[in-house]
Amino acid sequence: MAEPEFAIKVTGLTKTFGDFTAVDGIDIAVPRGQIFGFLGPNGSGKTTTIRMLTGTLRPQGGQAEVLGTDVVHHADQVQQRIGYMSQKFALFEDMTVDENLRFYAGIYQVPAEEFAQRREYVLRMADLVGREDELTRNLSVGWRQRLALGAATIHEPELLFLDEPTSGVDPVARRQFWDLLYELAGRGVTLFVTTHYMDEAAHCNQLAFIYRGRIIAEGSPSQLRHSQLDQRIFDIAVTDADAALDQLSGTSGIDDAYLSGASLHVVTPREESLTADDLRRRLIAAGFAAPTVREVDPTIEDVFVNLVTRHR
Amino acid sequence: MPTNTRPLAVSAQGLSKSFSDTAAVSGVDLEIGTGAVFGLLGPDGAGKSTLIRMLATVLPPDVGTALVFGKSITDQRDEITGRIGYMSQKFSMYPDLSVSENLEFFATVRGVSRADRKERSQRLLTSMGLAEFAERQAQFLSGGMKQKLMLATTLMHDPDLLLLDEPTTGVDPVSRREFWRILAGLHQEGRTVLVATPYMDEAERCTDIAFLDNGRITQSGTPTQIKAQVPGRLVEVISAEPRRAAAILAPLPGVVSAHLLGDVVRVLWTGDSDPEAALRAALQRGGLAEAEVAEAGIDMETVFAYLAEKSSAASELVSP
Repeated sequence: MAEPEFAIKVTGLTKTFGDFTAVDGIDIAVPRGQIFGFLGPNGSGKTTTIRMLTGTLRPQGGQAEVLGTDVVHHADQVQQRIGYMSQKFALFEDMTVDENLRFYAGIYQVPAEEFAQRREYVLRMADLVGREDELTRNLSVGWRQRLALGAATIHEPELLFLDEPTSGVDPVARRQFWDLLYELAGRGVTLFVTTHYMDEAAHCNQLAFIYRGRIIAEGSPSQLRHSQLDQRIFDIAVTDADAALDQLSGTSGIDDAYLSGASLHVVTPREESLTADDLRRRLIAAGFAAPTVREVDPTIEDVFVNLVTRHR
Repeated sequence: MPTNTRPLAVSAQGLSKSFSDTAAVSGVDLEIGTGAVFGLLGPDGAGKSTLIRMLATVLPPDVGTALVFGKSITDQRDEITGRIGYMSQKFSMYPDLSVSENLEFFATVRGVSRADRKERSQRLLTSMGLAEFAERQAQFLSGGMKQKLMLATTLMHDPDLLLLDEPTTGVDPVSRREFWRILAGLHQEGRTVLVATPYMDEAERCTDIAFLDNGRITQSGTPTQIKAQVPGRLVEVISAEPRRAAAILAPLPGVVSAHLLGDVVRVLWTGDSDPEAALRAALQRGGLAEAEVAEAGIDMETVFAYLAEKSSAASELVSP
């Protein structure tokens, strides 16, 4: 049977700096056309991994195939076929939209005869038609973000690395941006998104959690929400959530309690027999009027917090 | 004249500030009641930091006035600074001083007595989980611990109003949760907190919120009031083919929007009938009988996206 086509296939990838192991024998397989979310707190090994996958940092051990090519030994064959966009949008603020696109086309060696057509595509995609001569610094964050995406894809890469691409933009711009990413993925472009923002993680098809250089969980967002957690989560709506938090924190059978939005979330071990009714009774006994308690599905953030706490 | 209403920690009228030809804050009116946890939401560049710096009396407004605990931010600065704690976005610590030395230093600058310094420093280190790191140099703290240390230094002079500029940006979810737990404690002590954040989910933890965009406040109220502006219900559809599911559902009558979110389609429904049954039937007709459909609570991100799209649609209608 033919192996599915992978954009990224990594086995046993390892990188040490002195006696510090930044990436510790990780395996990753990302099929083409997927939006793959690589999650982890700061300092967990995300950036080191990206630098190895883009051929800018040499691993100590393991194999890394990117777009079918051994990126450790033949990085030059891969680099024209991948794109990279960081949260810092590497745009020249004092250049116009058009000049930025020309600059990146030069970097990625887009042939002159293809540039006109690529430029037009990017301007249309980023909704920047008519703003070609505007200075980049005068654009809104949402526009700059779409321009940065355009610049990173001016050479039609097959694989795009995105580092916290939507942090700091408003919800509408974020939605529009993800619509563009879904469109790219629909055309077969593979997206590798690194982030520690849970709202970005929720947009991915497949997730891997990295912590202290190791991958500690992987799966689709729904799979992770439903299978990874060895705990149950109760949502408690009560008039004084702060006081209820104090009341329940650290009491028997409760792993964790925290404020989630306007309500209180209580986490219990899965095997713990505490029910919603038990929690309601505890609160009523402590003088809280009419609390509503129901078990809820964990969020990606719940899973993340649980995994990190377990591996500490 | 004193009135009988809840005293205001902050009251601003027409506050404006420009930098060369860019208007950072334009005519902002703002009222923050004593004891509120007030969330200032908005994207990067919306003007959040500029507004906060004006309230912290470190940046004079071009136009407009603001009172903090009844005192003018321009003419009575000295009477305000002792009552506010301002935490900027930058790490403003001495990296080569230890955690406890930083606390000591900032408290001394603020004129806190020796006895109070000792007592507060111990209490804050314990309550923030920093006690075991008291002798560590600030530069060797993790991101989450640095944020907590910065908050601790802004609390050493026991301020009544905290002005926190994106304290949780770039902080991982575990530390973010812990930080909000500390804010809940400050709220219980009766302090007023103004917290700027780009995260929509943090809005729901506030007693009041305002959304800042392009230097103007576009929405304000309690989270419940703001949510109530969205008509309808939110339904989540989980399918092996989410893109196809979204395409099937988007044109249905009653569906306001159908957006992809990873492997989930989020549908905003304003139809009269039961959304779950209607969506399930449509998915079945479209050949996606396996899809799971379940109602979900409306979250802040959905609310702001809806309100922003509605207001831009309305402005397109009225403009020629």
